[in-house]
Amino acid sequence: MLAESLFFSAVLFTIGVIGVLTRRNAIIIFMCVELMLNAVNLTFVAFAQVYGVAGQIFVFFVMTVAAAEAAVGLAIIIALFRHRQTVNLSNINLLKG
Amino acid sequence: MLLQHAATVGAHPLSGTAASYVWLLPLLPLLGFVINGLLSLVSAVHLGPDDPSASHGDSHALSHDSNAHAPDEGGAHGDDHHPVARHRYAAITSLIGPGVLVLSFLLATAIFLAMRAVGSHEPFIQRYFSWMPVGDLQIDAAFQLDQLSMLMVMVITGVGTLIHIFSVGYMVDDPGYPRYFAYLNLFVFFMLVLVLGSSYPVMFVGWEGVGLCSYLLIGFWFSEKANADAGKKAFIVNRIGDFGFLVAMFMLFANIGALDFVGVNAAASGMPFGGVLVTTICLFFFLGCAGKSAQIPLYVWLPDAMAGPTPVSALIHAATMVTAGVYLIARSNVLFSLAPAAGLTVVVIGALTAIFAASIGLKQWDIKKVLAYSTVSQLGYMFIGVGSGAYVAGLFHLMTHSFFKALLFLGSGSVIYAMHRAYHHTGNHEDAQDMRNMGGLKKYMPITWALMWAATLAISGIPPFTGFFSKDEILGAVFARHTGSTLAEAHWLGIPGGTVLLVCYALGLAAALMTAVYMTRMMLYTFHGPNRSGEKEREHLHEAPWIMTAPLVVLGVLSVFGGWFNLPSFFPLGPVGALERWLEPVVGEGALRITKGAPLELAHGTELMLVAIAVVIAVAGIALAFARLKPESLVPAKDAPAEHGFERVLANKYFVDETYDAAIVQPVVATSRGLLWRGIDIGLIDGLTRLLIQSKDDDSAPGTTVPMGGLLPRAVGWMGSQMQSGLVGTYAWVLVVGVLFVLGAFTFR
Repeated sequence: MLAESLFFSAVLFTIGVIGVLTRRNAIIIFMCVELMLNAVNLTFVAFAQVYGVAGQIFVFFVMTVAAAEAAVGLAIIIALFRHRQTVNLSNINLLKG
Repeated sequence: MLLQHAATVGAHPLSGTAASYVWLLPLLPLLGFVINGLLSLVSAVHLGPDDPSASHGDSHALSHDSNAHAPDEGGAHGDDHHPVARHRYAAITSLIGPGVLVLSFLLATAIFLAMRAVGSHEPFIQRYFSWMPVGDLQIDAAFQLDQLSMLMVMVITGVGTLIHIFSVGYMVDDPGYPRYFAYLNLFVFFMLVLVLGSSYPVMFVGWEGVGLCSYLLIGFWFSEKANADAGKKAFIVNRIGDFGFLVAMFMLFANIGALDFVGVNAAASGMPFGGVLVTTICLFFFLGCAGKSAQIPLYVWLPDAMAGPTPVSALIHAATMVTAGVYLIARSNVLFSLAPAAGLTVVVIGALTAIFAASIGLKQWDIKKVLAYSTVSQLGYMFIGVGSGAYVAGLFHLMTHSFFKALLFLGSGSVIYAMHRAYHHTGNHEDAQDMRNMGGLKKYMPITWALMWAATLAISGIPPFTGFFSKDEILGAVFARHTGSTLAEAHWLGIPGGTVLLVCYALGLAAALMTAVYMTRMMLYTFHGPNRSGEKEREHLHEAPWIMTAPLVVLGVLSVFGGWFNLPSFFPLGPVGALERWLEPVVGEGALRITKGAPLELAHGTELMLVAIAVVIAVAGIALAFARLKPESLVPAKDAPAEHGFERVLANKYFVDETYDAAIVQPVVATSRGLLWRGIDIGLIDGLTRLLIQSKDDDSAPGTTVPMGGLLPRAVGWMGSQMQSGLVGTYAWVLVVGVLFVLGAFTFR
């Protein structure tokens, strides 16, 4: 059971990483980040079966932080859209040195 | 370490007595520092140049109820033409500054009585918190109360209280009065930490703290550059000594893994006798002592330290701080008793310092400079004592010296006070500290005159004044140890130890002769003969107020009868050797090892002969001064002719300061300026910068253009900027590749 869970979470995480790397739409990248977070949550829960309840507690923390991050992140995306009329990250390179 | 704490704290008979409040001893002066410091700061904010008159009148009204001598002062100094504005909080400071010291002294007395009642031989260690828990290095903030620290606490708080009270009279009209008492209280705090600390690091905190306060108080009147420079000199010279202290601590920890006194003493017993390691540690400790206690070659700061207010010279630069080195050696007696070569070094340096400083004192004209060189010389005596393993004799001299030297300094303070006031009234700008401007003050200040004579007889070694007993004990101990001790069998630079000790004994006697001469000279020139201060000034010369003379009287009594603390066996007019029995638990082990397990007793006839020699020499010195010096033929400083020959060498202190300046200070300055600044900073670093960065006009040499300038930094900058695409996606790619690389490296290594 543990091996399957870990494999499944690895697959989820990889999908998330590929999504973040290949997509250009900020909303989709954001969703992929959530996917990665949940893959980690799944790992925590899986390991909690073996190492005790601490992993499950961590999941609560991750979910709380993820919720906060979602609120802030969406707000940033909306602000970005109002400013530039686009959420395509290829056009946003203000960090350029 | 922790086990010992548990054992001593749990079962010590002193726990539960007044000794449990030992933390209050340093805390009270610290409280005084905080309050006085706040008063000083608050007034610095409010007391602007706008309303000096307001604060003046205000503080005068306040100060009357705090000064018991107010009517006397009103009569004596009634015609107050002083433009100085007394500090607006002077009354509070006069109460708190000496007040905390009085409380500290009372507590110290209670603890002393408790210790006497219990009579325990184990040190009483109070552990407060863990200060430096770093691996094997476990240093606790802990105080250790034993017979040695108790003696020092009594001297510091007792003499300190008297000097604080004197300071009220001496400094009350100074605009920086609360600041003065803040520093003075802080000094006492650090000094108590120094003597109460239960380990070398805690002691070092106090050691550095008193150095800081010394610096602050020497430069108390910092608006004159000479005073500020004197403070800096003291600080810098002491750094050299502190380096020795630190290295000794490092070596202790690296080799025996303990820094608390109990642990070090336990571990030291297992070290080889006369080993290189223990000798090196002791010599580095002595370097620290030479700095703090003004021994050759680091004594030069102490005479300059006289730039501070006179009570400061009495407290810090005579009675307490400068004796810290003597305390350190007595505290490390187990280590020093294992290193006879280091002990002989201490004796030799002490003897050389004693005679060298005494000879300079013969030709000084500044009354405080005479006393400063006298202090250096007497500290040399203490080191002869503790170096030769006569720890009790050294500490006894420390105690008696704190009595009579504090009295001499405070007495000179009251002389300077009188001279200064007189000059102030007439608007004369002569030097109020130059003995050539004094003379005949006996008529105007009879109390000070009598008390200072008592102190002079004490320091000269005339029986039955205190100095006689302590100095005689030191000289007798050195003489006794020239045979049959471990020191006598050791060699110092190839010379047999017995010979070294005998030579040092002779040097000590010669210094005693000079001591008697220069002290009598100071008394003759200051108090006897005709008055040279001037016609108008003479009317304004008078005794200082009672708040200043009362501490002098107490110190005078101690200077006369202080010998009763440790009477020798040939003078049985009271308890014999009280101090010796009191200190036995702390210094007994080291002292016995040096005398090979049995107390060294001189034959009765020899002892009496040594005493006779010492007394004859002291009397001869005083007689010589009376016969040769004619205060009648002295002229005021401004008319004085220049000195010639050896007199000039002495008056210029053997040109030691000039030698140090030429040999050390000037080369350092020249190297810094020529090589480090012009060569490396301007030449190399600025040159490279100009070559690489500045492409067009050179600011430091306008109009010139450096070819190829700035090419390299531009190329580096361009390459760096290409990596900053600004696209988050690219950064994420780099990040993932990096993570994969690291994971791969861990997986396939």
